[in-house]
Amino acid sequence: MSKYAPLRFHVPQPTGRPGDEPDFTGIEIPAAGSVRRPAVDTKAADMKELASTMVRVLNRDGKAVGPWAEGISDEILLTGLKNMIRVRTYDERMMTLQRQGKTSFYMKCTGEEAIAVGFKAALSKGDMNFPTYRQQGLLLSTDYPLFKMVCQILSNSEDPLKGRQLPIMYSSKEHGFFTISGNLGTQFVQAVGWAMASAIKGDTKIAAGWIGDGSTAETDFHAALVNASVYKPPVILNVVNNQWAISSFRGMAGGDHATFAERALGYDIPALRVDGNDFLAVYAASSWAVERARRGMGPTFIEWVTYRVAPHSTSDDPTQYRPKEESAAWPLGDPLLRLKNHLIGRGLWSEERHTQAESEYNDEIRAATKEAEKYGVMGSGSSPKNMFDDVYKEMPPHLREQRQKLGV
Amino acid sequence: MPQMSMIEAIRDAMDVKLGEDDNVVVFGEDVGYFGGVFRCTHGLQQKYGTNRVFDSPINESGIVGTAIGMGAYGLRPCIEIQFADYIYPAYDQIVSEAARLRHRSNKDFTAPLTIRTPCGGGIFGGQTHSQSPEALFTHVSGVKTVMPSNPYDAKGLLISAIEDDDPVIFFEPKRLYNGPFDGHHDKPASNWSKHLLGDVPAGHYTVPIGKASVFSEGSDVTILCYGTMVFVAEAAKKETGIDAEIIDLRSLMPLDVDTIVESVQKTGRCMVLHEATLTSGFGAELAAQVQERCFYHLEAPVVRVAGYDTPYPHAQEWDYFPGPARVGKELKAMMEAV
Ligand SMILES: Cc1ncc(C[n+]2csc(CCOP(=O)(O)OP(=O)(O)O)c2C)c(N)n1
Ligand SMILES: [Mg+2]
Repeated sequence: MSKYAPLRFHVPQPTGRPGDEPDFTGIEIPAAGSVRRPAVDTKAADMKELASTMVRVLNRDGKAVGPWAEGISDEILLTGLKNMIRVRTYDERMMTLQRQGKTSFYMKCTGEEAIAVGFKAALSKGDMNFPTYRQQGLLLSTDYPLFKMVCQILSNSEDPLKGRQLPIMYSSKEHGFFTISGNLGTQFVQAVGWAMASAIKGDTKIAAGWIGDGSTAETDFHAALVNASVYKPPVILNVVNNQWAISSFRGMAGGDHATFAERALGYDIPALRVDGNDFLAVYAASSWAVERARRGMGPTFIEWVTYRVAPHSTSDDPTQYRPKEESAAWPLGDPLLRLKNHLIGRGLWSEERHTQAESEYNDEIRAATKEAEKYGVMGSGSSPKNMFDDVYKEMPPHLREQRQKLGV
Repeated sequence: MPQMSMIEAIRDAMDVKLGEDDNVVVFGEDVGYFGGVFRCTHGLQQKYGTNRVFDSPINESGIVGTAIGMGAYGLRPCIEIQFADYIYPAYDQIVSEAARLRHRSNKDFTAPLTIRTPCGGGIFGGQTHSQSPEALFTHVSGVKTVMPSNPYDAKGLLISAIEDDDPVIFFEPKRLYNGPFDGHHDKPASNWSKHLLGDVPAGHYTVPIGKASVFSEGSDVTILCYGTMVFVAEAAKKETGIDAEIIDLRSLMPLDVDTIVESVQKTGRCMVLHEATLTSGFGAELAAQVQERCFYHLEAPVVRVAGYDTPYPHAQEWDYFPGPARVGKELKAMMEAV
């Protein structure tokens, strides 16, 4: 007989499932302005607590407070708010197209808009993002043509990716938006490689990797960290912790008793944990990391704390696995509302201007959609020829033969 | 007899084995509480507890790697990779580890695991929700590879896979989950409740790994196929009036060569049909086997009909998919040749 009790197997459980009261008491939220802002050349070991706490700027009254509030122009904030409205309006419209059977699939980023929009505002032209499917804000806050974007959603004859990719998996080198892969995690380490190349060539461009909380479990996440740690390239490694990964919660990726940001410390990578629903905190933290990277001080890891308000995708029904009221109970609020209230409080914005901006973007997106629909919906208008092109630079004989046999 | 969809039949197989054998555990991404994105494990965690049926982190090499470790201890893991398109991070664990444990340790360690994974297109899933990578596994010594085409076979084969002492890759053609899809995407979908093969016995039964089934008898030409293509072949047979003998291989590795040879020697013609890309696909192995064993019985060259050698497209899905029209055209050409 063993002198030990039988071992127990541990499977993490979220604080709530359907029918339960939402419970976020486990998420500690420090007061806005309470976290220090270290110099950008601070070593990972000298700023460890920033991986465990949460950088926040907007307080409960909508005021910007503390060291991270400094040096953000009104222009950045106003543009940020407008871009967030644009993203949310776009998401709603594309959802409608999916319900109307005009596109096969859609994924919204509702509640997470501040992260991509705020981060993009801190980058410069030439920098490269390696996004996931939930960073449409990176593209929608640039001049990437809306018409092209909607054509991809409709997979029609003007789809810039020629019907080869899922609707939401955009690509635009010109806009610093690397082609999205459907395979989770693969691109996190590629961002590190892109940044290494910039350093090898003595360039001044930087890269940003993006990954969800659930996908940090992928082996490629860890590959990214070790390579970033070893080569210290100009890369920002972003984890969007929106609490859920389809039906599994952050604890299934080991994010319950240690933060995601704390993982970076073991690799000697400076890490920030940031309120992702606070546009000012997002912009300030992004700018800090961008400055570090640009000055040759190496990688930064950022955990953005947020909540996936939307279903995982149009194929998903979250009422099957999480409390219905959970998103309303999320303690960090709605990023759009928080920035709006801040700007109204400062006299830079008003309810009227807000309504006007909403209707302007609504018109813009409706017009683009109307125009795009002329070129087909749900894959119609896309030529089968598109399948065969670009598999290789030069089409090999066997593919040419297959294409001819299909008669295209 | 209970009527079941393929999803229900697969779930029932796991239910039977979880109930019979304490060593069986079931896990994978979204598999526990939620019951899988295709609902194949729905209700199993409730019935058997989190010790036996549980969620895994999103880490496919981890899912297979931990299952190998459990197998080495003595468990019989039946794991799910959410889509076959996401099996590649686990490829090293399957190819270099699970497949070879028995051989390299002289039977000291084995890997009695079953890796279930949905494959195939037809759901507008684009290049990362549509692939059929079976040939990447039939090429590896030490793993078995199966792909059922209907609820009856799915349950019996899955029970066999779980009971098998070697690693089995169990491909589930997702387009067949709810009904016998024949490639006519523009016609209303039919479901398993109206199909004979949706009759699934309750309790334990097996369909042996390594045995093909003659799905439909015929005398003009043999069609070797599996998964979704079985119903495509049947539609093409009906539509062309060519009396094809349709062999549902069910098990690719090991392969039921006797059934193949018997049929081809009878018909004198052979078409090999799969949804996966053509070049170096499993069809190449089938064509070689037929050529080696039936050459003097063949009245026409073996013909392969398969997916094009391109990534699985999104918008052009139905141009890519080898549907009944393409199969029918090739069948007619074969009958006209010679
Ligand atoms: C390699 C791989 N495994 C599994 C999937 C299926 N899948 C798609 S999204 C997803 C959940 C990802 O969650 P998270 O990383 O938290 O991102 P979020 O959706 O919350 O933005 C899963 C399991 C996939 N796309 N790729
Ligand atoms: Mg997530």
